[in-house]
Amino acid sequence: MAFKIIVCAKQVPDTSEVKIDPVKKTIMREGVPSILNHDDANALEEALKIKDQYPDTTITVITMGPPQAKDMLLECLAMGADEGVLVSDRAVGGSDTWATSNVLAAAIAKLGEFDLIFAGRQAIDGDTAQVGPQLAEKLGLPQVTYVAEFKIDQNMKDITVKRVLEDGYELIKIQTPCMLTAIKELNVPRYMSIGGIYDAGQKECKVWNAKDIAVDLDTVGLEASPTNVFRSFTPAPKDKGMMIQGDTQKDLAQNLLINLKAKHVI
Amino acid sequence: MNFNLTKEQEFVRKMVREFSIAEVRPIAADIDKEHRFPTETIKKMSKYGLMGVPFPKELGGAGGDHIAYAITVEELSRECASTGVICSAHTSLCAWPIWAWGTDEQKEKYMIPLAKGEKLGAFGLTEPNAGTDAGGQQTRAVDMGDHWLLNGAKVFITNGGYADVFVVAAMTDKAKGTKGGISAFIVEKGFDGFSIGKTEDKMGICASSTTELIFQNCKVPKENLLGKVGEGFKVAMSTLDGGRIGIASQALGIAQGALDVTVEYMKTRKQFGKSLSKMQGIQFDIAEMKTRIEASRLLVYKAADMKDKHLAYGPASAMAKLFAAETAMYVTTKAVQLHGGYGYIKDYPVERMMRDAKITEIYEGTSEVQKMVIAASVFSK
Repeated sequence: MAFKIIVCAKQVPDTSEVKIDPVKKTIMREGVPSILNHDDANALEEALKIKDQYPDTTITVITMGPPQAKDMLLECLAMGADEGVLVSDRAVGGSDTWATSNVLAAAIAKLGEFDLIFAGRQAIDGDTAQVGPQLAEKLGLPQVTYVAEFKIDQNMKDITVKRVLEDGYELIKIQTPCMLTAIKELNVPRYMSIGGIYDAGQKECKVWNAKDIAVDLDTVGLEASPTNVFRSFTPAPKDKGMMIQGDTQKDLAQNLLINLKAKHVI
Repeated sequence: MNFNLTKEQEFVRKMVREFSIAEVRPIAADIDKEHRFPTETIKKMSKYGLMGVPFPKELGGAGGDHIAYAITVEELSRECASTGVICSAHTSLCAWPIWAWGTDEQKEKYMIPLAKGEKLGAFGLTEPNAGTDAGGQQTRAVDMGDHWLLNGAKVFITNGGYADVFVVAAMTDKAKGTKGGISAFIVEKGFDGFSIGKTEDKMGICASSTTELIFQNCKVPKENLLGKVGEGFKVAMSTLDGGRIGIASQALGIAQGALDVTVEYMKTRKQFGKSLSKMQGIQFDIAEMKTRIEASRLLVYKAADMKDKHLAYGPASAMAKLFAAETAMYVTTKAVQLHGGYGYIKDYPVERMMRDAKITEIYEGTSEVQKMVIAASVFSK
């Protein structure tokens, strides 16, 4: 049986170019290029690596977003994914993470059987890292977040992953079906290929609305979202750091303590 | 009339731009300085289909068109003109004539590995005494019954030192000259009697390989005749019509790259208490550079579009090459000027770009040859 992977992706504004409206405090999207979210590119790359090794693997990339998010799906297809699904409907606009995961869970249910869901850790616009874990909960799947290394056994069942935490890492064994979220250390995403770009037009890119995925309309969109963005702002840049001087380790520690006390940190 | 790129062409630009920034830009200055052919980059380009953009998939190509190909050479050349011309000479001057003139067997044997980038291609027409006057070929090919015997030498052959497959013109009937006396052959690296001569030490495009080809009783199999006996001049001229789109794209890319870095420089460089970008006198230079680049781009894409539509595009590609090459020289010279002293030293890329630009006015037909082609199309009517 062909191995089936679903990759969750998001089209995001390129944060290296983004500006915040000083009055409305919202992100100014005009003229800002949209890109495939970085961590999601790592998720797709890992799926493509499985497909490189086992060519009968199929990869479906799913996203929720405005109609222009189809461009990002085409990019994923040009990288080598087999199929794209865009859930686009005014009714789901303004969804927070909870409402978004409701939409994606309904769409994935419609897609049917699968072995693995790969998502990026988080999107560079919202930085929540919540949609992946919420989706796994709603689909009743075991999940591992912050995956930096991935290995799948030849039986296409047993997976070993390295999960990176702030203070160390975990090696976890997990079986399909499951949900994993990727971090940038996992791999280096490939480029689209020129041949892939010309193939992408021949591949299927479905566009579904809320009705198509039979999602409860009371659980999606801005109104149904339990959280709302209160304010977006550019954090003030941090002050310049200070180099602590000292000839010995003892001197260094002493000078550090003096400075911390002088600033009433301790 | 439609000035918009297709979605695929836009994606090709995005892909090649990303590739060029990550893979080409970081080594461009080094390979120029070391005169080092970027084998590792060509390998990556092959993997992503950049060495066979305009050819059909069934012949190993990426399935794109000549506008996508022009964009590919443009975007590579924006960061490194040497990398751009390696792609251009391979695609336009070797893979293309085999595609257009080759037999099914020749396409199977040579075209597919060339389009996939598994093999690198080159083209040999120019000789020490036959440059613009290509009819003065002194390389001879003699029919020996079961093979052809080639004797002579070619000069200034792009990719010469690294190519696996060469399309070579040779005289088969001196009396007929350009009117049926020249034939084209496919020569492989390693054929008996074929060797690479001197590698040229050039002003620019220093990371590309430019060599002599030497034929001393070189045995070429009968089936490696490209086109019919006597069609070599037609093969060569049709190949150069397309090659000029590649070189025009290279010139366009060099000019765009020089404008990019000059604009950034002018924003940061301050004199008399304000940045150069605030000074109207030199803002006007940028306006002039930008306008000429945009005009070049329209000419280049139009010629490529005409080629895709199988229209007579010879004069269009000559105009594109003439204008884009002169624009590259104009823009890079201005770019060096706007950088002042910093433009003249090798720490800034415009010095390299100005050296690279000059060749686009010379190879694959000098600007004067382009004018001959254009004028001929005017007065032949």
